[in-house]
Amino acid sequence: MVAPVLIFAIGNESRGDDALAPLLVRRLAPWLAENNLAEACEILEEYQLQVEHVLDLQQRRLILFVDAGMDTPAPYDFYPLKNSAAEQLYSHALTPEALLAVHQQLYPAASLSAFVLCIKGESFELGEDLSALADNHLQLALDFTSELLLRAEQSAWQSF
Amino acid sequence: MSLSLETASQPEKLRRVVIDPVSRVEGHGKVTILLDENNKVHQVRLHIVEFRGFEKFIQGRPYWEVPVMVQRLCGICPVSHHLAASKALDAIVGAKQVTPTAEAIRRLMHYGQILQSHALHFFHLSSPDLLFGFDSDVSKRNIVGVAAAHPDTARRGILLRKFGQEVIRYTAGKRVHGTGAVPGGVNKSLTLAERDELLQDIDQMIGWSVDAVQLVKQLHQQQPNLYDQFGLSRANSMSMVGSDGSLDLYHGSLRGRDADGTILFDGVDYQHYSELIEEKVKNWSYMKFPHWKSLGEENGWYRVGPLARIQNCDFIATPLAEIERCEFVAYNGGLPSHAPLAYHWTRMIEMLHAAEKIKELLLDPAVLGNDLMTSGERGREGVGVIEAPRGTLIHHYRVDENDLISMCNLIVSTTHNNQAMNEAVRRVAEQYLSGHEITEGLLNHIEVAIRAYDPCLSCATHALGKMPLEVEVVNVTGEQLSRLTRSSDGQLCLTE
Repeated sequence: MVAPVLIFAIGNESRGDDALAPLLVRRLAPWLAENNLAEACEILEEYQLQVEHVLDLQQRRLILFVDAGMDTPAPYDFYPLKNSAAEQLYSHALTPEALLAVHQQLYPAASLSAFVLCIKGESFELGEDLSALADNHLQLALDFTSELLLRAEQSAWQSF
Repeated sequence: MSLSLETASQPEKLRRVVIDPVSRVEGHGKVTILLDENNKVHQVRLHIVEFRGFEKFIQGRPYWEVPVMVQRLCGICPVSHHLAASKALDAIVGAKQVTPTAEAIRRLMHYGQILQSHALHFFHLSSPDLLFGFDSDVSKRNIVGVAAAHPDTARRGILLRKFGQEVIRYTAGKRVHGTGAVPGGVNKSLTLAERDELLQDIDQMIGWSVDAVQLVKQLHQQQPNLYDQFGLSRANSMSMVGSDGSLDLYHGSLRGRDADGTILFDGVDYQHYSELIEEKVKNWSYMKFPHWKSLGEENGWYRVGPLARIQNCDFIATPLAEIERCEFVAYNGGLPSHAPLAYHWTRMIEMLHAAEKIKELLLDPAVLGNDLMTSGERGREGVGVIEAPRGTLIHHYRVDENDLISMCNLIVSTTHNNQAMNEAVRRVAEQYLSGHEITEGLLNHIEVAIRAYDPCLSCATHALGKMPLEVEVVNVTGEQLSRLTRSSDGQLCLTE
């Protein structure tokens, strides 16, 4: 059975603050188990979003993309994805918006509810550890994600 | 082989057009074009902000960590780095010949990577240009536009890619950060259930790959002048071939041909690559320019990747791909093709070959075996070479007495193709831009030539908010005359 909630972490843990999303889901996993949410919430982790990930979106009730951002407000930004945006289609990797747009073209009957949690980082160099600032943002984002998952409904997430 | 248009005689008197970054390639590339007052092209350069920090990053690490660590070098072809590193480090543990099961699993992983990478490139990155036209409506010239106009084509591309990723997942152990290959062998083989699950879909994948070759052939037949002449520049070619001269993307020896197709070297053991190849630094690019030492910088550069490989081998050992190789050779009258757009045709032949090889390997009992590792007399240095989706990939390591990496040298496929991509861009600039007012559609012709090589300039990071395209036209005094930007939603904005 497909878990109704998908938490999709995007990042490369060897590139400084790009590790924010992978670290968040790894810290989140035990909390999900403790709160009997592990079956309802599936975690996926990738360096980048690729076009075949549209297949991972199918049959989900709620999708949360977690990513690190350079220009995002601190400590994090949380927003619903626009359903028809076709942003940044110019690389091998896709943005969450572009992935959603491809999904909509291929599976027009399906209605997805997807949100982005973008955590502010400051340094993305290869071989760097997570910065102190990002580590602080990570803890705040983790607390926020826990709140989200305790109220895993579209209407509730829209009110955050 | 001419290097014209690399350096203008009086660049200070010319205006400058910049494409920064080049889109639908991985990483960061930039093209600068110098034009005179009549828009005649005098200089064209593809600059690549190559990531060169990895060798330093890996130094001091235990050698056994390397096959996993190198996957973080690139989000696009991590499996190629994983396997090239494992092959190089086989020498450190004295594994002169890995077990049949280890070889079969590594090959299966590699052909899964070839299948998924070639599918991604053709269906996601290049089909928008090829199906809609190079200067078609830019807002639709992307994968969403393909999904809307050709949903079956888009869906097949996605499912081919997904199948390749599943092959990787079963052989490497995980979707990302796989640990399947290790120095001396592999740490898992397939279960019967995994093998049977992959076999269920493989005939469909072969069928769709056949269709993809037919599609790209039709494109060539519909517009032969475009496909045969676009960005045409003669070049040497290099790839690994199997010991029997067959196309072998996992293991073999190095073969090089000149632009007429004459074999210049063959059977070269890649452990001695440094005697064959040297890299030249140019002051205008961070990426080095490799060439064969024997021919020198001006005549010794070469291309790698599908176009080189399909023409460099003597035959393909899988039947359907061999039929297509023969047809490709016949189309070109038995002479080498130097057309950048022929990369797409040969890439699809390789995708078909990969699908056939996957089936062959799945039916080989070795993939179910339990003899996973071997070892022997320890070594301190090793070179691993693999034919990655984009071309020849070289990993070279030395370890110290504490088993820590003391030296790492990588030559990635895109570096091998550096000069060839520059030449293709220059020919396109001559053919299409010279004497014309610059438009987004014309500039996309430049990008089409670069994308044919599928360069991976990856740094495997993806921070949000980067500008996909910016073109500036400045006069001889540096004053900006106009600026064309393409925003993240694909909208163009021209300011003058």
